Amino acid sequence: MQENENMSHEHDNDEHHDHAHDDNDTIEHTHEHDDDEHHAHAHHEEGFIRKYIFSLDHKMIGKQFLIYGLIMLFVGGGLALLFRWQLAYPETPELEGGKPAKAAKPLPIIGPSQKYIDDGEVVTRADKMWERIFDSDKAEFLEVNMPSGFIEPHFYNMLFTMHATIMVFFVVVPILVGAFGNFLIPLMIGTRDMAFPVLNMLSFWLAVLAAVVMAAGFFVPGGHASAGWTGYAPLSVDPQWTGVNWGLNLWAISLLIQGFSSLVGSINYITTIINMRAPGMTWLRLPLVIWSLFIVAILLLLAFPVLSSALALLIFDRLAGTTFFTSTAEGGGSALLWQHLFWFFGHPEVYILILPGMGIASELVAVFSRKPIFGYRSMVYAMIAIAFLGWVVWGHHMFQSGMRPGMGAFFMTTTMLIAVPSAIKTFNWLGTMFRGSIRFTTPMLHAIAFVSMFVIGGLSGIYMANTPVDVYIHDTYYIVAHIHYVVFGGSLFAIFGGIIFWFPKMYGRYMNDTLSKIHFWLTFIAFNCTFFPMHILGVGGHMRRISNPMQYEYLQTFEGMNLFITMSAFTLGFVQLILVFNFVWSIYRGKVAEKNPWNVNTLEWEAPTPVPHGNFAQIPNVYRGPYEYSVPGEESDFIPQAQPEHAPASAGD
Amino acid sequence: MTENRPFSNAKLGVLILLGAETMLFVGLIGAFLVFRMGNVTWPPLSHVDIRLPNLLTGFNTLGLIISGFTMFLALRAVQQDRIKQLRILLMITGVLGLLFLVVQGREWVQLIGKGLTLQSGIYGGIFYVLIGCHAVHVLGAVIWLAIIIGMAVTGKFSSVRYTGVETCTIYWIYVVALWPILYVLVYLA
Repeated sequence: MQENENMSHEHDNDEHHDHAHDDNDTIEHTHEHDDDEHHAHAHHEEGFIRKYIFSLDHKMIGKQFLIYGLIMLFVGGGLALLFRWQLAYPETPELEGGKPAKAAKPLPIIGPSQKYIDDGEVVTRADKMWERIFDSDKAEFLEVNMPSGFIEPHFYNMLFTMHATIMVFFVVVPILVGAFGNFLIPLMIGTRDMAFPVLNMLSFWLAVLAAVVMAAGFFVPGGHASAGWTGYAPLSVDPQWTGVNWGLNLWAISLLIQGFSSLVGSINYITTIINMRAPGMTWLRLPLVIWSLFIVAILLLLAFPVLSSALALLIFDRLAGTTFFTSTAEGGGSALLWQHLFWFFGHPEVYILILPGMGIASELVAVFSRKPIFGYRSMVYAMIAIAFLGWVVWGHHMFQSGMRPGMGAFFMTTTMLIAVPSAIKTFNWLGTMFRGSIRFTTPMLHAIAFVSMFVIGGLSGIYMANTPVDVYIHDTYYIVAHIHYVVFGGSLFAIFGGIIFWFPKMYGRYMNDTLSKIHFWLTFIAFNCTFFPMHILGVGGHMRRISNPMQYEYLQTFEGMNLFITMSAFTLGFVQLILVFNFVWSIYRGKVAEKNPWNVNTLEWEAPTPVPHGNFAQIPNVYRGPYEYSVPGEESDFIPQAQPEHAPASAGD
Repeated sequence: MTENRPFSNAKLGVLILLGAETMLFVGLIGAFLVFRMGNVTWPPLSHVDIRLPNLLTGFNTLGLIISGFTMFLALRAVQQDRIKQLRILLMITGVLGLLFLVVQGREWVQLIGKGLTLQSGIYGGIFYVLIGCHAVHVLGAVIWLAIIIGMAVTGKFSSVRYTGVETCTIYWIYVVALWPILYVLVYLA
């Protein structure tokens, strides 16, 4: 800290690299710098609060979003592990033709010992805790939701609802759009900051507020929202049906706040990309990740307000006594309306979750194949096509809602059309790798995992798009497998790859490669062990969102598979600690990285490392497309976008 | 940034915001249409005796449209450096906006008195939510305009510095243009 203080005073050189500042990112200290007056400097120093908390710098806001998303990733993952435990060790009742009866197993660590369950004898510390909890008059959180370490059905509902809500709205979008968008957009288009830095800060702090409101929902009487992350009406409308009162209100309010955060963020992104590109950075010289973030910002801008309108109507229903989503005989509303509004937002949202992953994968695949991206234009047009088609497929979430078969056929066709641009992208990635000099760095491994897992998730999607097939597999674990192959196998692998790839630019150091590789392989194996068997469960008729499948005789055969999935899920969860350890350790102790460690063309690598306030000493001129790797006749196998002279016909253009 | 951009950041930001606003209203109008089509009679049988004040609202609509026109003239005034006219036109616009809100508020009080409330089925519910959502936007625009008037009075604008007036005009005209659609849908159709 002392070092930090000293450095801020000897600061007037624009080229100055101060590791100590970026290194102290996560550390709290209360020094107030006395140099707030130095605003005249192009690259002035700011006090701790302005630099690390209420920062206006896009790089810091990006890092804040990253840390925020990673924290929420563990919250959301923890919830998943809780309900996976319940699925692995549920109570098996005696059923005709089924397995012999078996008692449920309490949660590890917080669960009491068998002795305590049998005869109330206090043996372990957990027993002591439960003794105290049962003796107290207050209805404590643990007692209400998981008495003696057994997850109550109502708590199970809460867990899967909040797992999905947190993962979608508080992990994947904040990291992909919030973190990568903020960090990369100004750097890659060659400008000093976002168009509206104050709105940018507002966007982050609204997201924090939303997270706090969402977290508070667990502790209100009645518990948190438990109508599924889709909040289907009429289940979500009347507290008497789920027993949840303020939990669901807070859920809706939190998502409204998150909507404002997204709105502000997307206005910022779109304006920045349209108006602030460096000279020469034409639309078709934009890196694909920026294209993906641009398209996603438009989707967020247009999709989220629809959810906001639905949430507003829901809140009116719950608090003001309207009947928008309850069908009554006369003058009543329509429960189906919720589904239409939700999925009109929800399907574009699905592409919001995957498109930036596609963008990141495109960067990584091109860089580490040392080849121009195959079919740059078709990549861009494919993303635009996906974004457009995303608006006309929402009905495929509602095949079983009693829609007219004709409508079903329409939505089936449009949904299957999406396979075309998706396949274009996949083949372009393969085409990029084909006969490239592939470097199997860890980011590249993640990118390849992204492509292959996305293909599996995409293919299972085509099955579900078929209305007749969907009749059979809807609402089963097949759907769960599909969404996780796309969002975990897709988005999260891209996120991990992106973090490792841009870490040297963010923190000026490499992440430890051995740890990264161990993390990658364990994640890849555990991920497939967790989610692949879910396809089989789904085809076997195992419905999702059920706390005890053992109550059905025909599902009792899946006991072993559920146990296997849970074991894999716990492995998957614990393996992520390697990433966190590596991340934090590398910020302080990682190998110091040079300016352009991966030999990349795009502009962010032109900026000094770590990137100073204002990014570039001088705004670069852009002379070529972003993917000129291994150009024949050139000495170097990469030609940075900002390098003038002897420009051969741009391969990416 | 060496090239000329057709829109300044602020102007572009407001235009993009309007995209989101449009989708918010698309959601609500969509809900309205679902209710409208889902009921054989509209208003539903339980509300046959309710008459929305079409005529009064028609005059109110006219007032709002005029305010859009005066707002536009205000923008023209500042572009041509007629600052005194700018102030007067902005104030006329603000008064018209307030008038719209006051008339609508009185309407609501009367309708509630007649028994049309938020709780009285979807007819009342969607009426108050949809029209109310627009009213909140008018209120927001009036507050924004008040700030702009304050800045105009203290001489913050000139023919080369008028981004504030311009962005406010865009938003104002959007809110004004939205209203006739709602009026036709909710009151007349």
